[in-house]
Amino acid sequence: MNRLVMGAVAAALSFAQFPTVASAHDYAVGSLKIGHPWARATPPAAKVGGGYLKIENSGTAPDRLLGGTTEAAARLEIHESTFTDGIARMREKTEGVAVGPGETVELRPNAIHLMLVDLKGQLKQGDTVKASLRFERAGPVEVEFQVQGIGAQPQATPGHATH
Amino acid sequence: MPILKWVRYGAWSAVAIVSFVSAAILLGWWRVEGPGRAATVGQNAPAIGGPFTLVNQAGKTVTDREFRGKPMAVFFGFTNCPEVCPTTLVQMANLTKQIGPSADQLQVLLITVDPERDTPEQLALYLQSFDPRVVGLTGSREQVDAALKAYKGYAKKVPTDNGYTMDHSASVYLMRADGSFRTMIDYHEEDASALAKIRMVLE
Ligand SMILES: [Cu+2]
Repeated sequence: MNRLVMGAVAAALSFAQFPTVASAHDYAVGSLKIGHPWARATPPAAKVGGGYLKIENSGTAPDRLLGGTTEAAARLEIHESTFTDGIARMREKTEGVAVGPGETVELRPNAIHLMLVDLKGQLKQGDTVKASLRFERAGPVEVEFQVQGIGAQPQATPGHATH
Repeated sequence: MPILKWVRYGAWSAVAIVSFVSAAILLGWWRVEGPGRAATVGQNAPAIGGPFTLVNQAGKTVTDREFRGKPMAVFFGFTNCPEVCPTTLVQMANLTKQIGPSADQLQVLLITVDPERDTPEQLALYLQSFDPRVVGLTGSREQVDAALKAYKGYAKKVPTDNGYTMDHSASVYLMRADGSFRTMIDYHEEDASALAKIRMVLE
């Protein structure tokens, strides 16, 4: 009986430590919902970091994410990573990311993402990073990125193939 | 008489079929094993891998010869890379963990494609977050380009508004203990097949 209780406690503890789905945290501005902004932890001396989130436009007008600012880095840019013939490329998307009415757009690893450029310090797992996102129509919105592990990948979202 | 005629037809048909089948077999042999065979990929394709002279994260000059005797996992990247390089390093660390003690045999080499920014000190700091067995290699632009050429790798400097970024090959080359190329792990490759490939060079 004792062993059973201890087993249960151990199981509960290991479960608690398991880095599963971070608690949902969402932000809203106008008819936009910004879902779970997260950033990838960075190694020491890394100058750049990736930021990811989901934008849901429940309104009737199109909008566009244009970039933003963050306390953690000199610049917060929008980039797109692509892979063709075994070659990785990354380009800034100066035109931003369009989110049509009724559309949901996900910024995720190995695709369109936010880039924290010229980091002021290492992004450590468990930290939160303040940022202000700028939308063409809805304007600015303050969000906090949750810093997840270096190897973190987005949780699978129904209806969204990861690759 | 008609019966004999049919028998003759039948006999000739049989001869025709046998000749055809024999010819096909002969042709098959000619193409696959005989003098008509195409050169195999290994004979035809340019060899991947070869000599390099680079500088490790401790600042020491090393050549490919020092890594002989153990299989290598070689890939190209740079520390200003937010996704591909950390993801690859994390995957390699996870895979070697799954393989267990025999993975100690595997030498994981990250060769920077951005030697201007990736000094030995920068590589040493950067690699702290990953498997401590990973060797970071840099050098002069010429040394790095020579390594890229040996591995048929690709890197290109791309200017940006505030500096530059690097396009680069995103695969991991798995090399046998004698330094010859075995196979490649693609970026995005599932752990299971990547694991099987690593086991192939560890054997
Ligand atoms: Cu980027």
